[in-house]
Amino acid sequence: MASGKEIRTKISSVQNTRKITSAMEMVAASKMRKAQEMMTSSRPYSKNIRRVVSHLMHGNPEYRHAFMGSREVKRVGMIVISSDRGLCGGLNINAFKQVMAAMHRYGQQGVEVSLCCIGSKGSSFFKRLGGKIVAEKSHLGDTPTVNAIIGTVKVMLDRYNSGDIDSLQVVYNRFKNTMTQEPVTEQILPLTAGKGDKKLDHHWDYIYEPGAREVLEELMMRYVESMVYQGIVENNACEQSARMVAMKAATDNAGDLIDGLQLAYNKARQAAITQELSEIVAGAAAV
Amino acid sequence: MAITMHAHIVSAEGSIFDGTVEQVYAPGRMGELGIYPRHTQLLTQLKPGEVKLVIEEGKEQFFYVSGGILEIQPHVVTILADTAMRAKDIDTAAAEEAIKRAEEVMEGSHQGEFDYARAQIELAKAVAQLKTVEDLRRKMKGGRGRG
Repeated sequence: MASGKEIRTKISSVQNTRKITSAMEMVAASKMRKAQEMMTSSRPYSKNIRRVVSHLMHGNPEYRHAFMGSREVKRVGMIVISSDRGLCGGLNINAFKQVMAAMHRYGQQGVEVSLCCIGSKGSSFFKRLGGKIVAEKSHLGDTPTVNAIIGTVKVMLDRYNSGDIDSLQVVYNRFKNTMTQEPVTEQILPLTAGKGDKKLDHHWDYIYEPGAREVLEELMMRYVESMVYQGIVENNACEQSARMVAMKAATDNAGDLIDGLQLAYNKARQAAITQELSEIVAGAAAV
Repeated sequence: MAITMHAHIVSAEGSIFDGTVEQVYAPGRMGELGIYPRHTQLLTQLKPGEVKLVIEEGKEQFFYVSGGILEIQPHVVTILADTAMRAKDIDTAAAEEAIKRAEEVMEGSHQGEFDYARAQIELAKAVAQLKTVEDLRRKMKGGRGRG
């Protein structure tokens, strides 16, 4: 059995760890509130722009934008959104697993996958595994802006326009509630019509002002940016809540560990006293 | 009751308005648009300026948008604004300050074409904000609308 001093050192080191994890839990909890606000406030925009684009896909536009027509998929681009920091449970790994499964599936079909990693965990993970990373962006901070991701998104759009990729997908963690996050893969390009509104099934088209090309160009850019941005803010909210949960579990575990060690320490102390007593009694009897 | 349609005004920062209205006035790229229910489908870019919603007879609301996209379906109008504000939230002092700054930039730079263009945009935005505020004030004084 370990000596009393050894156990005491161990206890104090676990206590220090518990202080750190409980501080991280509180930091994550306060950041989580902000991240959730950001997520809920940007949801209406992305919901509405999705609806507009879905209307557009049901119409018969005079001008077919490059993003609207689908072509045979030979190469796929995936935007993988991950966190910059670790200690957030299985959050990133769950999303990466989904990406790996998709890469495996595409690999069997002979489809090439190129990646765009947003968040440093993703880029280091796929660099290690030898994925083909064509664009990377990290350290967006707690308040990501649309401006910060325009460049990264443009790399993927340029590849789409030049035919280097035939489909663009985004992978991120969707926020369900504080306890559950689920990784999702969404197709951005080519556009999908989504669920149809019966009223829109007849033949119709918009009036475009000033012209179909200009308006659609702008709408498409905003649509893609908004999809990626929404992914980032959702992932951010997921990250903070996953970290809070993970750190809470770590704090609880440290408490259990301390209790166990305290018990072992008390037993060791008691054993030492008993031994000393019996030695004294035996010594006195011998005299 | 008059025929109504649904209007959504959203910006990246959140939903600004979501409800039923009778008429919508918006600053389209090619000119001011007045939209009534059952308007044909239309898709246009917006200029910086004010959006007026007529909720019902005599009850109006003003918003400021700094540009964006407007989609019209017969019974739904969607404004995807770059930034949108309720007119009563616009800070007059801040808008005036922005005009002054923009004018200074315009005077100061004779060589830089790019700066000039940007200053003009800023100026247009600030002027549009002020105009929205003034319209709102006039309405309030006039006592017709309760904006």
